[in-house]
Amino acid sequence: MKVVVAVKRVVDYNVKVRVKADNSGVDLANVKMSMNPFCEIAVEEAVRLKEKGVASEIVVVSVGPSAAQEQLRTALALGADRALLVESNDELNSLAVAKLLKAVVDKEQPQLVILGKQAIDSDNNQTGQMLAALTGYAQGTFASKVEVDGAQVKVTREIDGGLQTVALNLPAIVTTDLRLNEPRYASLPNIMKAKKKPLEVITPDALGVSTASTVKTLKVEAPAARSAGIKVKSVAELVEKLKNEAKVI
Amino acid sequence: MAILVIAEHNNGVLGAATLNTVAAAQKIGGDIAVLVAGQNVGAVAEAAAKIAGVARVLVADDAAYAHQLPENIAPLVVSIAQNFTHLLAPATTNGKNYLPRVAALLDVDQISEIVEVLGADTFKRPIYAGNAIATVQSSAPIKVISVRTTGFDAVSAEGGSASIEALGEVFDARSSTFIGEELAKSDRPELTAAKIVVSGGRGMGNGDNFKLLYALADKLGAAVGASRAAVDAGFVPNDMQVGQTGKIVAPQLYIAVGISGAIQHLAGMKDSKVIVAINKDEEAPIFQVADYGLVGDLFELVPALEKAV
Repeated sequence: MKVVVAVKRVVDYNVKVRVKADNSGVDLANVKMSMNPFCEIAVEEAVRLKEKGVASEIVVVSVGPSAAQEQLRTALALGADRALLVESNDELNSLAVAKLLKAVVDKEQPQLVILGKQAIDSDNNQTGQMLAALTGYAQGTFASKVEVDGAQVKVTREIDGGLQTVALNLPAIVTTDLRLNEPRYASLPNIMKAKKKPLEVITPDALGVSTASTVKTLKVEAPAARSAGIKVKSVAELVEKLKNEAKVI
Repeated sequence: MAILVIAEHNNGVLGAATLNTVAAAQKIGGDIAVLVAGQNVGAVAEAAAKIAGVARVLVADDAAYAHQLPENIAPLVVSIAQNFTHLLAPATTNGKNYLPRVAALLDVDQISEIVEVLGADTFKRPIYAGNAIATVQSSAPIKVISVRTTGFDAVSAEGGSASIEALGEVFDARSSTFIGEELAKSDRPELTAAKIVVSGGRGMGNGDNFKLLYALADKLGAAVGASRAAVDAGFVPNDMQVGQTGKIVAPQLYIAVGISGAIQHLAGMKDSKVIVAINKDEEAPIFQVADYGLVGDLFELVPALEKAV
């Protein structure tokens, strides 16, 4: 079966971001960018499904600027067969991305679409669920285990109190949680081979999708800083401070 | 303004997250209705009707909603959405699961995890693991919003006397089936609602050593949490994880033991009132956010602390 994986180019998770002085957003000039960590897990799961003989073709899709080709090449080096970039320089909201992905799903007709559970920049946790709504497919969010079984996929989900398992009719949408797998690294020969794999670039207009949004960002601020704390010398001093100064125990 | 709050529950007991979500609804202002969708939820509906400030409780009681599968809950919410200007759900794993599905079916953007209400259409929410706070404005006819529960003080669970109305139409997409669940059992307070949280990281060394934290937590009446490193190393189950990808907590007192303080962990606890760090590495980033830091060996300090409190 065909698997579509969506990946996003985001600021690297180790970067401590800074808010711009004019409060218009976060300063991303000259900041290291990477594939969103949850998307890496999504690519890895698709590659493992292919290695098991469950998936026959992996199409990796990104919606974003031209530079997102870098992340698509990374996914190709990890084992995806071909890539599709829906090129847009606007900052798109989750619904717009879900609509673009819906158009791609209509075109590609995959049996399974795998996304990360959230992107670490916007922290929205929406796109997979929205894509499921637009396609009418069932959804298995926050997946820590995925087993394709005939016309169904069994997904174990990380929920607040523990784990929940659901069976979804295929085609279906799955979003990955951290513990689904440990993503592999791309080897140098595979990085070289990935340069020759097909990468198609299209525009939202070509897909006939409007990316207008009902939500706008008015400003972005740094969070309130915590006042500097103190180092205490002993357990006795700590307990005394917690009881008499902070009054929390 | 008419606001629908979708209740968090386990079919038997109303979830505390519902009370924080109603608090956010009150900040927006308007008539507040609560939707209880599940199976055999009579007791939950009665509990919801007693919440202070709630005018109506809508009940959808059917086997199709027993496990709150989003394929069934979303069309149910959409069927009544036109009567409301705002749809609110707590940003629990349940709320995060069905709410974006509702928003897409209504063809509106969703605003995730608000921490402050500035007006009926303007809200604050953290982005970049809490390293920036965005102020966003929605022009959608129906505003679909998930609420970070630690951002709002819970309203009283008593004092209300809402009417209870049953919803007749049942939506059953039959595209997904509940197979089973494994819930971690704990006698300690729930992590997201606890007044005191004691958390362990990679520095704990192994799962057995967490009993030091359990002993301290029991003495303090605290919940026990963990960093991702501790969960990934298999010390404790994943539902104990505090951070950007785990649970967000904001207790009165957070005690971080053997946790270095990575950005992703801080995202889950830096709104705690008082933070205590116990770590042998005096350079650990956790000391930059800690009100009280104690540098030393946790295997000596934690038992000593347990004796001293």
